[in-house]
Amino acid sequence: MSKLSLHGLGKTFGRSVAVADVDLALAPGEFVSLLGPSGCGKTTTLRMIAGFMKPTAGRIAMNGGTISDPSDMVPPEKRGMSMIFQSYAIWPNMTVGENVAFGLKLRKLPTAEVKRRLDKILAVVRLDHLVDRYPAELSGGQQQRVALARAIVIEPEVLLLDEPLSNLDASLREEMRSEIRRLHDEFRITTVYVTHDQSEAMVTSDRIVVMNHGRIEQVADPVSLYNRPRTRFVAGFIGRTNFLDGRLQGDTLVFPGFTVPAARVPDAAALPAEVSFSLRPHDVHLHRAPPAGDHAAWRLPGRVVERAFLGEHWDYVVQPDGSSLRLRTTTAPRDVHEAGAPVTIEIDPTRLVAVTGSAE
Amino acid sequence: MKRRFDPLILLWIVLAAALTFLVVNPLLRLIITSLEAADTGAWTLANYVSAYGRPRYLQALYNSLMLGGAVTVLCLVFALPIAWAVSRTDMPGKGAIRLLVLGAFITPPYLGAIGWILLAGPNAGWLNRAWMGLTGATEGLFDIYSFAGLTFIIAIYSFPYLFIFTSSALDVVSSEMEDAANILGAGTIRTMARITLPMVLPAIIGGAIVTFLETIALFGSPALIAIPARFNVVTTQLLQFFSPPVRTEVAAAFAIPLLLITVLLFALQRRLISRKGFVAVTGKGGERRLIELGPWRWVMLGYAFLVLSMSVLLPYAALSQAALSRAWGRGWRLDNLTLHNFSYLLFEHATAGRSVLNSFVYAFSAACLAIFLSLAIAYIVARRLLPFAGVLGFLAMAPFVVPGIVLAIAFYAAYAPPPLALYGTGLILILAFTTRFLPIGFANASAAIRGINPEMEEAVRILGGGRLLAVRRVLAPLMKRSMIGAWLLVFIPATRELSTAMFLYGPNTRTMSVMLMDLSEEGNFENLAALGFMLLAATIVIVGVGSRLVGGDFMMRRDRS
Ligand SMILES: Nc1ncnc2c1ncn2[C@@H]1O[C@H](COP(=O)(O)OP(=O)(O)OP(=O)(O)O)[C@@H](O)[C@H]1O
Ligand SMILES: [Mg+2]
Repeated sequence: MSKLSLHGLGKTFGRSVAVADVDLALAPGEFVSLLGPSGCGKTTTLRMIAGFMKPTAGRIAMNGGTISDPSDMVPPEKRGMSMIFQSYAIWPNMTVGENVAFGLKLRKLPTAEVKRRLDKILAVVRLDHLVDRYPAELSGGQQQRVALARAIVIEPEVLLLDEPLSNLDASLREEMRSEIRRLHDEFRITTVYVTHDQSEAMVTSDRIVVMNHGRIEQVADPVSLYNRPRTRFVAGFIGRTNFLDGRLQGDTLVFPGFTVPAARVPDAAALPAEVSFSLRPHDVHLHRAPPAGDHAAWRLPGRVVERAFLGEHWDYVVQPDGSSLRLRTTTAPRDVHEAGAPVTIEIDPTRLVAVTGSAE
Repeated sequence: MKRRFDPLILLWIVLAAALTFLVVNPLLRLIITSLEAADTGAWTLANYVSAYGRPRYLQALYNSLMLGGAVTVLCLVFALPIAWAVSRTDMPGKGAIRLLVLGAFITPPYLGAIGWILLAGPNAGWLNRAWMGLTGATEGLFDIYSFAGLTFIIAIYSFPYLFIFTSSALDVVSSEMEDAANILGAGTIRTMARITLPMVLPAIIGGAIVTFLETIALFGSPALIAIPARFNVVTTQLLQFFSPPVRTEVAAAFAIPLLLITVLLFALQRRLISRKGFVAVTGKGGERRLIELGPWRWVMLGYAFLVLSMSVLLPYAALSQAALSRAWGRGWRLDNLTLHNFSYLLFEHATAGRSVLNSFVYAFSAACLAIFLSLAIAYIVARRLLPFAGVLGFLAMAPFVVPGIVLAIAFYAAYAPPPLALYGTGLILILAFTTRFLPIGFANASAAIRGINPEMEEAVRILGGGRLLAVRRVLAPLMKRSMIGAWLLVFIPATRELSTAMFLYGPNTRTMSVMLMDLSEEGNFENLAALGFMLLAATIVIVGVGSRLVGGDFMMRRDRS
């Protein structure tokens, strides 16, 4: 049975739709991220799960029992969840120890047990030496750890996080996202993590839910999400990519300016007539002269339009001859091509991924 | 899932009932009373005819408007140069000047008026005696019992409003904006006229409107000055409608225009301040440099000191001299010194001691009640907990546009008659004070709650605590300081409130302010001064304690005006 499930969940504010038709089920101990651009409904979804907002459609269930539907909901304090807020919401009038022990005391645990669990969690987040400090005397990263400890120490049914790292600087952010994953590996708490930063979602999550305009675009583990995006939005949102829009005519694919056999494209039989593909930049290869060998790959004469050296790699934009298509590619630092130079563009058709959805 | 009952609904009902009782019903009664024949209860416009039918009554309205205009002009003359000097120049002694402005701000205007009667009474006043002694003239120079005298006395205690409005606006005009004009070739004067002034103009106009409205609603100083000088303003005229035989219905009709003027002008002020021009002023100021005045800084200091000695130093000196004298006319002499006035008032006088106690008890109760209501309403409004919360917020702010004297008449009309028959009880005073100062409490409570991230409470709830626990353990501790400040901001004016008390007190519920008026009719200035002295001393102690608790300038922050 799933720990937490959303069924056709929706929320509208007046006439504007914030969230619509969200279906999702989390297995016990699973770590799932909600990822999407600003305003796509991530916070709204999370707050409905937490019980701060009533859905206007669908329902939410935990351990099989409904906890929210449009007519009623279990209040947040009765859900046994915990949450880490974007502002951390550390209470400034309480010390670190009092903040972290708050949820334990609410549960009326014996004093010795409170102390034991407090000491343990503070050691885990490396705050044991700061237990009597007030929040104003802590750094941003330390405050973040207090928020983590306070949420985890009660061993909640579900842990919710709303962009918990967005107030930290870049290096601290990297450290904390590993910390969050480490704590998850240790405690195995079912977690919903909201972020608009794809690398955060990739590093921490078992599965990622990509949202756009209040709807789910795709749910998948990080590797499939990157390698097999289902929609144009997902392909563009997760990593960089090229889009090739063409038409299927018999067993050839017609792109602006060139035509190639469709045979080796994955699932070629199931392609629609008007088709778009996503192709990652590192799947486009450049050669000074047409290489010998595997003729299954597409080889197109073209030239370099733009280039930029970024130290760790080159970024090139190339254009097949006679085509308006601009392809972005990434190569090793030693692969040098002058701007304007002729190149052979090599594309492995098995790397193409057909995507749905129109260009925005 | 079974349906849960939300206890907040109950709170909503309680608050709605409280506001209906305190705000809606009295104002409705006021309007209805003005439209009813006193004996038959039939609808009529006769009350308006009685209220405005006589030239004498119209003259009172005219006098009020003239007085409001004259006071506002004089306040501009006092406040603008001082505010500019304190905020933008290198004038020395700014700390002392600010402190004296605070002194003027917390002085009840009627007390200042009594001080000035001692200073500039037609023949016996100290300044007149000094003038006659110096020049050998047979008549004094000043007559405080005149329209000019009244204007002056009100202005020296009203200009702090304008000072606060203007200096807070000037405080956020950055030097960079002025520099920008300088670089383009404008001199100091031109920069001031073309850049600085237009930027702070909305604040100045806003302050001027407040000054005007405060003036026309003022009761104490006109009662002390205008009545002996034999002219009437709206507020003193209203008192006459209230002297036996009491004609509530005519008073109500006469008060309606005062209410309308106030509502309209406040609406105008709101529009002015929300206009685009003001946005720059409320923004964060850039780097600021002080304008160097050279020798002129001493002239500015002299001017500020002159104004403030008129509003604080001279009247305080006159009052304390009288309070400590057997007969004030004999001056500072050892054999004239006594503490008898104080002991007489507190222990021998029939009602004075009681009035001191009353004032503090009523003010204390009203402050507690107002803050409790304000917090509850502000919480519901800020967290949008229930539908129509905004209506509660609107009602809580509504008394802001009701002059104290109009509120008193409204309360009289609503609760003096049976079945409640509250007239003459302490309760009606407490409730009227609560209503009068509710907007101060509400504005402060809303600001404080808006300053606290709702996630602070949500964190409590998601960890398993109810809403009440969140309020008790997190919200209350975080708001404590600002709420002590707000409590004081209600308590201090409530200890001295006169215009509301004047129409609602009974034989046993006199407040200090009412007592002062009674004593002034007896002409016993030594006792009068002693009572005023006690009120002032208490105020100064409370303001001092308040500054300790909640930070230096809590009385004079602009955000609550
Ligand atoms: N209380 C509200 N009233 C009206 N509209 C709202 C409210 N809360 C959110 N919205 C709207 O719902 C949509 C989704 O908002 P939400 O806060 O869930 O976005 P988000 O994905 O969390 O974005 P961000 O990454 O910027 O935090 C937005 O268009 C927002 O304007
Ligand atoms: Mg959000």
